[in-house]
Amino acid sequence: MSSLFTYTLRIADSSLILGQRMSEWCSNGPTLEEDIAMSNISLDMFGQANGFYQYAAQLDGTKSADELAFRRNEREFFNHQLVEQENGNFGTTMVRNFLHDVFNFLFYTELSKSKDETLSALASKSLKEVKYHLRHSSNWLIRLGGGTEESNTKVQDALEELWMYTGELFEMDNLDTELLNNGIAVDNSALKLEWDIMVNKTLVKAKLTRPEEVYMATGGKKGLHTECLGFILSEMQFLQRAYPDAKW
Amino acid sequence: MNEKYFQERIDAEKKIEPKDWMPDDYRKHLIRQISQHAHSEIIGMQPEGNWITRAPSLRAKMILLAKVQDEAGHGLYLYSACETLGISREKLVQQLHEGKAKYSSIFNYPTLSWADMGAVGWLVDGAAIVNQVSLQRTSYGPYSRGMVKICKEESFHQRQGYEIMAEMAKGTAEQKAMAQDALNRFWWPSIMMFGPQDSDSPRSGNAMKWKIKRQTNDALRQDFIDKTVGQAEVIGLTIPDPDLKWNEERQSYDFGEMDWEEFWSVVNGNGPCNKQRLAHHKKAYDQGKWVRDAAKAYAKKQELVAN
Repeated sequence: MSSLFTYTLRIADSSLILGQRMSEWCSNGPTLEEDIAMSNISLDMFGQANGFYQYAAQLDGTKSADELAFRRNEREFFNHQLVEQENGNFGTTMVRNFLHDVFNFLFYTELSKSKDETLSALASKSLKEVKYHLRHSSNWLIRLGGGTEESNTKVQDALEELWMYTGELFEMDNLDTELLNNGIAVDNSALKLEWDIMVNKTLVKAKLTRPEEVYMATGGKKGLHTECLGFILSEMQFLQRAYPDAKW
Repeated sequence: MNEKYFQERIDAEKKIEPKDWMPDDYRKHLIRQISQHAHSEIIGMQPEGNWITRAPSLRAKMILLAKVQDEAGHGLYLYSACETLGISREKLVQQLHEGKAKYSSIFNYPTLSWADMGAVGWLVDGAAIVNQVSLQRTSYGPYSRGMVKICKEESFHQRQGYEIMAEMAKGTAEQKAMAQDALNRFWWPSIMMFGPQDSDSPRSGNAMKWKIKRQTNDALRQDFIDKTVGQAEVIGLTIPDPDLKWNEERQSYDFGEMDWEEFWSVVNGNGPCNKQRLAHHKKAYDQGKWVRDAAKAYAKKQELVAN
């Protein structure tokens, strides 16, 4: 497995799993308009995942994009633990997405300057969509934070609950560093400062309190996950696993 | 005087617009029909939504999700069209929850395998299109224009459904069996989507005179059957009706007796999923209340700041 393949796969996995989570909202949204908006975001995430998987498949040369998405086990998935967290209530989902959207915005901005032309092109395309996602989740955070007492409490609780999954976003391992030195990868650790500024700004507008620094979960890059991921995969991969000879 | 002028406009194929005078019964009939249509789009998201997280490929996932999202969009157009008749979306949803407003009974059947995504697209959307194409010429302007928009997307959905069926029918033995089973389960409920036979249809009279409805239930049903039989043959599936036979004289297919007892039983709430579909919608609506309240409270605070 080349480093570039694994690097691409990590990006694809986070997009796919967040897309999968967002698709669970279909027919469950708080309004019809919001149902449509969440399906849109989900579709964007699947589109992004598809782009990165296609590239990974091309680099690998033996597996198709669908095989990468539907035939790997839990320990072979490299997504951020943040995106696999349960949807919870609408506020939980918006907080989770917001924390990840800010990261994605900064990450794709940098990745679009990558020396790898395909990654750079995929990043530029994703960035356009991520800007909309970020506006969507930020606006909801502000509305819910500044809405009623109940809504403020709900999003504040979600923020406390999910904060521990944000540390992982900025980690760098040997693979990242190797590709960073080749001008291909993004320096995740360098995104932290800007991420803090953007997050703090929105939290102030939303009348929310930034959680105290807590224990930070880690493991996604090594294929270590929370218990959520196994259930996501068993549902998502069911048909491909149950009928391995079938084409769909 | 009003009524005479109204009927003259209708007879001259002119559209009735929201601000035009219309008989109370025309308004009532439209509210009933359009809201039923809107609720069908919304409740119809559930049986297909049931398979989004399990769709077997990235492409299948995106196509299905985009389709269900389209249904939500259709629901929006239709609620808006209905609101032009002087009733709010909130009130319409309330009528649905209270069981006063209905939705198409077809959505009270469960989707049990991936092939059902094919069958629903091919047959259910196929039947809906036959009805909706006819409704593009309905006399109420906003409804008619909504139908024109919706028909474009529905024909796309039907092709996608048929593609799933075709793919499975030529797949492994297990896939072919799933496809045939889906056709077996959805065939009769689909042809009953057109409603009771003309001889038993209580509301057809005025609806035809007012040109809300342009063709009778039986005519639409026959049109659908004639279109669909050949499509099943092409992909090697068998329509589960031993009495289905080409009638040279009528240039149409003769078909077997529909089970009207089952039809009325499902309409009256005793289908396999009636309770779940409504409970699902209510639950999402109730769980979203705090979000809607928060959005309203926030908007109000912003207004105060602005003033």
